[in-house]
Amino acid sequence: MTTITKDNITDSLLATVHPNGNSEAAQVIRENGFPTTKHEEYKFTNITKRIESKIQSFQQAKPLGLTQQDVSKAMIKDLDADVVVFNNGQFSAELSSLGEGYAVTNVTNSEAPFSIKDLYDDSYLALNKASFEKGVFIQVPKNKVLDKPVLLLNLVKANDGQLITPKLWIDCAENTEAVFIEQTVSQDEQAYLLNGSVEIKTASNSHIHYYRVQNQNNEALEVNNLLTDIHRDSTFTSFVLSLEGDMIRNNVTLNLLDSGCEGNMYGLYLLGGKTHVDNHTNVDHTKPHSESNELYKGVLADTSRGVFNGKIFVREDAQKTNAFQQNNNILLSDEATINTKPQLEIWADDVKCSHGCTTGQLDEEALFYLQARGIDKKQGKALLLYAFAGDVLEHLKIEAFKEYCIDLVQKKLGTNF
Amino acid sequence: MLSIKNLHASVEGTPILKGINLEVKAGEVHAIMGPNGSGKSTLASVLAGREEYEVTEGEVSFKSKDLLDLSPEDRAREGVFLAFQYPVEIPGVSSTNFLRTAVNQVREYRGLEPLDAVKFLSLMKEKMKLVEIDQKLLSRSLNEGFSGGEKKRNEIFQMAMLEPTLSILDETDSGLDIDALRIVSNGVNQLKSDNNATIVVTHYQRLLDYIVPDFVHVLYNGKIVKSGTKELAMELEEKGYDWIKEEADKATV
Repeated sequence: MTTITKDNITDSLLATVHPNGNSEAAQVIRENGFPTTKHEEYKFTNITKRIESKIQSFQQAKPLGLTQQDVSKAMIKDLDADVVVFNNGQFSAELSSLGEGYAVTNVTNSEAPFSIKDLYDDSYLALNKASFEKGVFIQVPKNKVLDKPVLLLNLVKANDGQLITPKLWIDCAENTEAVFIEQTVSQDEQAYLLNGSVEIKTASNSHIHYYRVQNQNNEALEVNNLLTDIHRDSTFTSFVLSLEGDMIRNNVTLNLLDSGCEGNMYGLYLLGGKTHVDNHTNVDHTKPHSESNELYKGVLADTSRGVFNGKIFVREDAQKTNAFQQNNNILLSDEATINTKPQLEIWADDVKCSHGCTTGQLDEEALFYLQARGIDKKQGKALLLYAFAGDVLEHLKIEAFKEYCIDLVQKKLGTNF
Repeated sequence: MLSIKNLHASVEGTPILKGINLEVKAGEVHAIMGPNGSGKSTLASVLAGREEYEVTEGEVSFKSKDLLDLSPEDRAREGVFLAFQYPVEIPGVSSTNFLRTAVNQVREYRGLEPLDAVKFLSLMKEKMKLVEIDQKLLSRSLNEGFSGGEKKRNEIFQMAMLEPTLSILDETDSGLDIDALRIVSNGVNQLKSDNNATIVVTHYQRLLDYIVPDFVHVLYNGKIVKSGTKELAMELEEKGYDWIKEEADKATV
């Protein structure tokens, strides 16, 4: 165990790099260090400082003595799914229940199946790549349509170490369809740093969804990187629902590498207390005739803070691109903050791009109207906020998962969070 | 049923109501008329519990309860209904869903079982006929994209669903064409009984041809300056408000 001071956080985190770990990644960290607010991409999210103040034990958390019963308890109600279990960040074949017709293999730190280029050389992503213990590689073969979603279950709890580093690769061959749902289930309310990454490659004409729920532990620090290379005529959809946590950073990158690609990014954050959630998204249009849609919505109460940064690149070759981005927020208190920034970089000249962001308050006149019909204030508020936020959930594909999210959202909106 | 005594109210420190006295009994229809800015809508809003209005003096009792002490939702549950002058558009909330929540919260307050989906729909069908409102309209977001007439009909439809004991219609007739006015008035008349009462706030005498009042009160400068029967409304139609203003101004000098 290392006790750290302000100066040696980079050293402390670097010390967790696996002996056989990705040396290129370790080099990125040595060169860049970990970002502070001076770093443009981390201007509003000082996660490095939060790590300094909340993490004492800079080593990987040990796998927990979990049983099948713990896994059953963590399942999403009514969701019929294959299950891939990460035990404190490490893939556990014993606890997983895998489906037929696709491969799930253990990956040690020396054998990454592929690596998707990160535009930002993010040190947390580099740390993830260099320090994970047992990752997972999922391969979906040609023409395979998964009949059930794959639930990626992170069962976590800080013990000797407070670092949790799940690592996942997904390779989807031609004509495949699959839905992945990532759910972290925290066994208690201790602080940890969950530093995860997912890299996804889709060959042509595949339809892949990746959903994520963040609703566990109000002491949790998280950095998540989701990177995708999407090929011809493929559709990729990401979704994230953020409800609880101390500080969470989500990076999503969609590289649309050919024509006919569709990239969708959806997000909903309902934050109270001191929770801080930062969604950084990138979509890179490189070839003609591709489309991207992005919708993020947030409701922020108390002293919570939200950050949205949406980058859209349209390269010179990417004529006839359609790119849409929308970020809407409601602030429920004077102390809640949102920083939202659309960033469009367009080199092509025949494209349709639009973006918009709004920040407002709850419509008091509408609330009075509901009250005047006998609906109490709390429920009226929930009804109005759900009307504002609920449409993000309309994009979800798996009915049981959608119901689960609706339920989580309505419960959260029904409390005075 | 409703007793208003010496009611004073202000908005952001500006006094609007300056001593209103009014008694409304079950089975009665009261019309409140008056020139623009006389405080008609303020009175309606204060009774419904709108927060921007501060009651500075006086009391209001409704079915022997202190109305001013109740939250807006509890006033509604006790049986006060305000038909809004400008019904609010609420995107994303369907009329049906909204009404079911409202009806069941009101029922719960009154100690009744909530209505299940089937019973609720049949109640809705029955009440829809009253104001000739189309089912399609009700599956849309509440008031969103409704025409003026549709919004007002929706108000009366909600009134029919909630079965209030005291209905306050705040300029429900403003902006309605004659067909819409007939439909709305017809709805109100059918809902009238010996057990409930109606306060009609209006600027136009025309409405009172359809909803016949037992009493007419003229509000001017925050006070009721004249009360009478429906003949008073006719007189106002003929002579306008100026003579009332003059009388009232003389009296205060």
